Order: sequence, then structure tokens, then C-alpha cells
Amino acid sequence: MKVITAHELTKRFGNFTAVDAISFQVEQGEIFGFLGANGAGKTTAMRILCGLSRPTSGVGTVAGFDVSRQPEKVKASIGYMSQKFALYDDLKVWENIRLYAGIYGVPARDIPGCTDEVLRRLDFTDGRNAMVGSLPLGWKQKLAFSVAMVHNPRIVFLDEPTGGVDPAARRQFWELIYQAAESGITIFVTTHYMDEAEYCDRVSILVDGRIQALDTPRALKQQYDAPTMNEVFFALARRAQRGES
Amino acid sequence: MRQFFAFVAKEFRHIFRDRLTTAILLGLPILMLFLFGFAITTEVKNIRLAVYAPAPDDATRAIVDRLAANDYFILSRTLADPSQIQDVFARGEVGLAVVFSENFQEEMLHTGAAQVELIADGTDPNTAKTLVNYAQNIIAGYQQELLRDASVPFLIIPEVKLLYNPSMKGAYNFVPGVMGMILLLVCAMMTSISIAREKETGTMEVLLVSPVRPLQIILAKTVPYFVISVIDLATILLMAVYVLGVPIAGSLALLIGTALIYIFMSLALGILISSIANTQSTALLISGMAMMLPVIMLSGMIFPIETMPWPLQWLSQAVPAKWFIAAVRKIMIRGLDFESVRKELAVLSGMAVFLIAASLKRHRTRLE
Amino acid sequence: MPGIQAQNISKRWGALAAVDDVSFDAGPGQVFGILGPDGAGKTTLFRILTTLLLPDSGQAAVDDLDVRRDFRKIRSRVGYMPGRFSLYQDLTVEENLNFYASVFGTTIAENYHLIKDIYQQIEPFRDRRAGALSGGMKQKLALSCALIHKPAVLFLDEPTTGVDAVSRRELWEMLLKLRDQGLCIAVSTPYMDEAAMCDRVALMMQGRFMALDTPASITRGFKHRLLAIRGDRMPALLRELRALPGVLACHAFGDSHHVTVADDLDVAALARTLAESGHKGVEIAPVAPGIEDCFMALARDGGEAK
Repeated sequence: MKVITAHELTKRFGNFTAVDAISFQVEQGEIFGFLGANGAGKTTAMRILCGLSRPTSGVGTVAGFDVSRQPEKVKASIGYMSQKFALYDDLKVWENIRLYAGIYGVPARDIPGCTDEVLRRLDFTDGRNAMVGSLPLGWKQKLAFSVAMVHNPRIVFLDEPTGGVDPAARRQFWELIYQAAESGITIFVTTHYMDEAEYCDRVSILVDGRIQALDTPRALKQQYDAPTMNEVFFALARRAQRGES
Repeated sequence: MRQFFAFVAKEFRHIFRDRLTTAILLGLPILMLFLFGFAITTEVKNIRLAVYAPAPDDATRAIVDRLAANDYFILSRTLADPSQIQDVFARGEVGLAVVFSENFQEEMLHTGAAQVELIADGTDPNTAKTLVNYAQNIIAGYQQELLRDASVPFLIIPEVKLLYNPSMKGAYNFVPGVMGMILLLVCAMMTSISIAREKETGTMEVLLVSPVRPLQIILAKTVPYFVISVIDLATILLMAVYVLGVPIAGSLALLIGTALIYIFMSLALGILISSIANTQSTALLISGMAMMLPVIMLSGMIFPIETMPWPLQWLSQAVPAKWFIAAVRKIMIRGLDFESVRKELAVLSGMAVFLIAASLKRHRTRLE
Repeated sequence: MPGIQAQNISKRWGALAAVDDVSFDAGPGQVFGILGPDGAGKTTLFRILTTLLLPDSGQAAVDDLDVRRDFRKIRSRVGYMPGRFSLYQDLTVEENLNFYASVFGTTIAENYHLIKDIYQQIEPFRDRRAGALSGGMKQKLALSCALIHKPAVLFLDEPTTGVDAVSRRELWEMLLKLRDQGLCIAVSTPYMDEAAMCDRVALMMQGRFMALDTPASITRGFKHRLLAIRGDRMPALLRELRALPGVLACHAFGDSHHVTVADDLDVAALARTLAESGHKGVEIAPVAPGIEDCFMALARDGGEAK
């Protein structure tokens, strides 16, 4: 089943085309890597798919809802997490979970159970009263990811979730992503770590607002005759004409 | 020295690149003076009038007729008892009450001085002042007329009484207040924000790891805001004199000297705030809440200090703007000389020295 | 010796040891990399060496000058790029560079030769505001600004964080050229693969150096046997491998899993076990450990004294 479809999605700012007629489809339970250099248009595209920004033209659907006409329904069926926007450092772990559960519309009577469930899954029950600011970054990110899924969304958007996280914690984070994907949640993820591109089911590479490559990591490596995704990325992104503005 | 000029040039660029801020910094005094000077002074027309004349006679009747014949007033109540005055004001039935003395005409003709009391609602001091002015003019007109064919000189002494707000504040009294507010805003708030911005964006870290002394960085920050505040000061004074018609009664040099002390004090305050605040929003909050609010509430700009409860009166002593506004009122409006503002100047200078010393003590060559 | 010498540097923030007894040397013509995640203490260490913070204990010298006593002299001899690009977003490219040049008492003309290679790439945009530059261009401008006064030592705190792979590679090419001109460069980064570009690296975690050596020596010091295993169902394979006896650790590593195994493990038996559990397309091969393998092993063992 297709949970994300983009058909010729385009976003222009003045005479600058940030996202240039991109088309792709993502299956349920898929881990979809969305790569691109800084300024390639990743953030803009992601904002459109999250219902935060209207496309100039083209059609996008997320969880069956139209991103330009039903943005509220889109927002209710997705989870979002980024390195920049995560949790409140000055609240305790359980307070953060309760807060986001409330924001995401989890019914009040379900919130305590749901908080316990998140902590249990992370094996972090002992840490419920810890201040989020005092946790190592790896833990914060894992917690933020779980919190983004507290309302059982069908799709989770992750914007550079592992930046600056230590190597072991980065891998634990990906194991959480695998678990989520196996339970049928679709993952849409951006990253600057090229080894993480290998963990995706399929990878798209955005160059100057256009999708220049879209396939499984294995097929891409074959196509570009490259030993790693890093080399594939270089082969494509080096051709970029524009920078980030 | 070249480093210093490079810094100052950079600060000016920051300010002028940000068109909106520049416009606000230079346009704010004009806007505020217009607001306080014109917009808030409402046109008075058809104000209801109450009269209490214990012994109606020709003179009182003549004055009441003249008041009522005027566009400004409508005679709405003739009171039988002075105790009704409070009631009619409390119910908002009238805007002005005229109370004649017991033997008005008698006194006027024989003793040469008659008492009339003008009572207005002081909750809106601007309107009240305008009303009282009109009434006084009308009474004075009547007096002139009588004087022409009278042999004995006599006087009608209108006694003005404002309910609820005994200290009368007219539109031009706002000029000192606006000066106190704008100079503090430009110097303290903008300086602290611009230093906090360097901390927030990380450029301060790079500047610290350079041969430039932190003191130089800070001083360079204050130069543009000093210049802007001087421009604003000139704008306010020119507008006050040529647009609002408020003359500078005292010495211009003394007035400018007072303003300069206040500007230095404000700059030091800004530096001190920036040594506490690490982000622009904190700097804005501290200077906005902790500085602007007391200026508006406790400086005597809007609410007279004499009528405040004593803890607030006591607190207002610590508000620099209170001393500045008091000094400017004395020099500019009342035309008093150096001797009479010595206390205010001494307090302001003391505050400036204290704040400069405190901000120098707090400035650091390292991050902690 | 010019360059950087640090001996037993420590710095605490309350109960937290941000930098814990760290010592290292870096000479001219050397790139010294400090690899570690956020919160490892990299920034605190850099701030101590750039005289922005005083260490609680220990000694450090930069370009033969003591970080406590001679901090003013150090400040005119080092170039420093903090984590965030320290540029004035509302000033143009040229104004930024001009400003930093005059801060250090020099001019662009005087030292143009030092930054020519890097600055030439952004010179066509010299009238553009720094805020409107791409990440890669900002990086080049910030580097030009840090180099304009001919520093003897360059400190770059996470210059590649949040920057795409292409810009990261370009930056490293520039840094290696500067190194060849005799500059001593200290770089911190969370990207383990960048270790390959450094002459010597320290692996830092929780304030401590877990290892300090050339990248080659560090990987040689990996004490265990390491296998790369791939299959058709990677997540399931990962869980399966972790449960097997003889497997000490198992981590996803790009297109395969890196599995640390006991020295006496029988690879053929392992392949059979996996096939019996239904895994298809399983490939098992020995693999040379990388810096990231070493980092994880050291972090797991609680680090080792260097």
C-alpha cells in the first residue's frame, strides 16, 4: 500500500525553484532515505509532505490525505522529529511524554499507560524522573523518536535524527527505526551519515531540487559502479549547481 | 585605533542594514510625541456642565450664560447643594462643575476679588485641562468686558480643582517623559541586545580569541547608539519647540548636559544587562520588563509619584528616569537654573558612575 | 616546541567532568583530530586551549605560550572557528573578511596570499551577505576569516557538523593543504570517517581520551576478531547474531553487520546456523576494523588508559 505519493511536486519562492517536480511513492513499512546536499531542497520537500507548506504545483498525498487540501489530517497521521526540534530540556522524561501525548491528541485516560509503554519499550523505566537536559544526546534522540510515535502515526518523518550522536547510540537509534518499520510504520528519514543510507530500503538523492536517483542502495551502487553509498552520493551531488540560500 | 573604527563601522552597518530597526530608532520619538501631543488630546465639544450658585446674582448668571452659549459646554445641571458635586461626577453626568462663592457679585464689586471654583474629572487629565482652560478663558473674557466700564479694578479668581488627579498633566508635560523613555530605550535596550547578539551567534567567542580587548568591543558597541540617541534628543527638542509649541524655558546647555549624563547612565545600564544576558531575548526581556516598565509606571511620567503608596514612592527613588524627568521638567518647562536641579544631577551622575563601575567589573576576558 | 602541548588538563562543571585528565601534543604541519559525540568535552577542551576558559588543573601551551599567563599573546597567534559559523550574517562576504582582518591588525591585501586558494572560490560573491551563502561557502568564508592573520595554530570546532558530504570533503582538502604549508591544525568532529584525514587522532568520550595515536595504530590495536556479515534480512540477522554464543558484539555497519567474535569461533558453523534459521544470501568475510569499530569497542570496555 502506498502511504506517501508525490506527483510532480514543485515549490517556488519567487523565481527560485526549491523543489522541482519531484515524483515518488513510498510503501507502508518502508524505510525511505531522503538524501541531498545542503540546499538541495530536502527541508522544503519535507515541509510540504508534513502539511506545513503548500506546494506551488503538483499533488502529494500522505496517509491518503492531500497535503495541500487536508494538511490538518496529514498532521494528525504523522510523527515528526528533528535534531533541532526535539524535547524540552527543562522538563522531566515523563513530563515530556505526557506533554507530547497531549499535543498529539492521545485521550487523557490513555496517557499514563502510554507513558509507561514508551518507557518500557526503551527499557528506560528507571529514568522517568530524570530531567531531559541531563540525558546523553543518544538517549534524548531515542526518546524523541518514541515520543514522535506516541500517537501511533502511520508515518514518521525524521530530519537528521542522529547528528552528533555517538556511534553506538546511532546504531541503537537505527534499531528502533527497524522495529518501527517492522510493525508497519513508514519511516521517511534524512541524514548526512552515508553509512545510514545503506540501512534504508530505498534511497532518493535530491540534487538542485530534482530527484536524480531513486532505488535500493544495492542497485544504486551497481548503477554508479561505486563500493559505498558515499561514492554514489559524491557522483551525484558534485554536479550540484546551486548552494543553500 | 584602526581596530576601534573598524568596529564602529561594523556596528553602524548592523544598524542600517536592518531598515526596520533604523526606522523605529529614528522615527519613534516623532511617533511618540505625536501620540502624546496630539492624538491623545481629544477635541472637546458639548461637555455637560453643572453649576452651583448659592446666591444667584447678575454676575453668576452672566458667567453661566456665557459658558452655556459656547460650543464647548451645555448647561445640564443646576445644583442645589455642594454635596451633589461628587455624585454627578461619579455618575459621569458632567465633565465640569462651576462653583461660585457665597456672595459672588458682592465680593467682586466690593472687595475686588471673587472666588469661583472649576472642578473637572482628572482621570483624563488632558481633557480636564482643556476644559478648565476654556472655562478660564470665558470667565476672563467676562472680566475684561466689565473692566472696560468699571471704575474700580476687580478680579475674579478661578480656583481649579481636579478630582482624582490633583497634579495636572498636560500634553506638553509628556515631552520630558518621552525623552526619558526614548533615550533609555535606544541606549540601554539596543546596546544590551546588540552585545547579546554577538554572544548568541558565537561571534563574541571569535572576538575574544583575538588581540582586541573586550573593553574595546563594548565601547565600540555604544558609539552608534550614543549617536542615535543624540539625534533622537535633537528630534524631540526640535519637535517640542516648533511643532508642539513647548518652549525651552531654561538653559539649553544645561538641558543637553543633563541629557548627556542620562545617556551615559543608560549606556552603562545596557552594558550591565548584556553581561547578565546571553541571548537577545533575555536582554530584551530584562531591559523591557525591568527598565521600561518602571520608567512608565514609576518615573512620574504618567502617574504622579506624590499620590503613590509609600513603598512605590520609595522604589521610584531608584528609577533613574524619575530623576531625569524631574530635572528636565525643572529646566525645560519651569526654566529653573543649575542650583535647583543640583540634587537630580548629583543622583543621576552617581547612578552613572555606579553603573559604569559595575559593568566594568563584570566584563570578562574569558567565557566564565 | 610550537604547536599544542596539553598535560593533564581537567575541567569540571559541577559534578560533571567535562574534560578529564587529557594530555596530547600536536606539532606544526600536523592535523590533530579529536573524535567524539556531542557532549564528549571537545568544545570545552578547545575553549581551554583558545584561552576562553581556564582549566581546573593541568598545563597547556599553544605556540610555546602558556594558556593562563600568556593568553593575550595566544589570542593574536591562533585562528579559531567555533562550532557555529562565526560570521555576521548581515554583512557581506568582503565586509566580514575586512572586519576580521582589522580586528587582527592586518588587511586583506597584506595577507591575501594566505587565503587565496580558499577565498578565490567565494570571491565572485563578495558583495553577497554572509547569511545568503550556502553551507559550504559559509565554511570557506569562516575559514578565510580564521586564517587572515597568519595564525600558527588553527582550532576548528566541529567544522563539518550539519554540512553535507561534498562540502565536508572540500573542507578537508583545504585543511590538508594548509597542513602542508606548516600549520598546526586541531579539528574536532563527530564523524568517525574523518579520522582518515588526520595525522593523529584522539577518541574522546565523557571527557576522556579513550585512545590517542595515528589512525593506523589505533585500528591495529583492535584486539578482537571482526567479521562482516550480510544477508537478505538485515534487521533480523542483527538480532539473531547477537543471541549467538561466541558473538561479543554486533553492529550495523552500512551494507553489512560488523560482528566481533571470539577468536575460536568457527565461521563455517556460524554460516550453517544462520542458514538453518532461514537466513538467505548470507555472506561472511573477515574485515579490517575501522576507527568507528575501535571507538565502539573502547566505549564498550569503558575505555582504556592510553
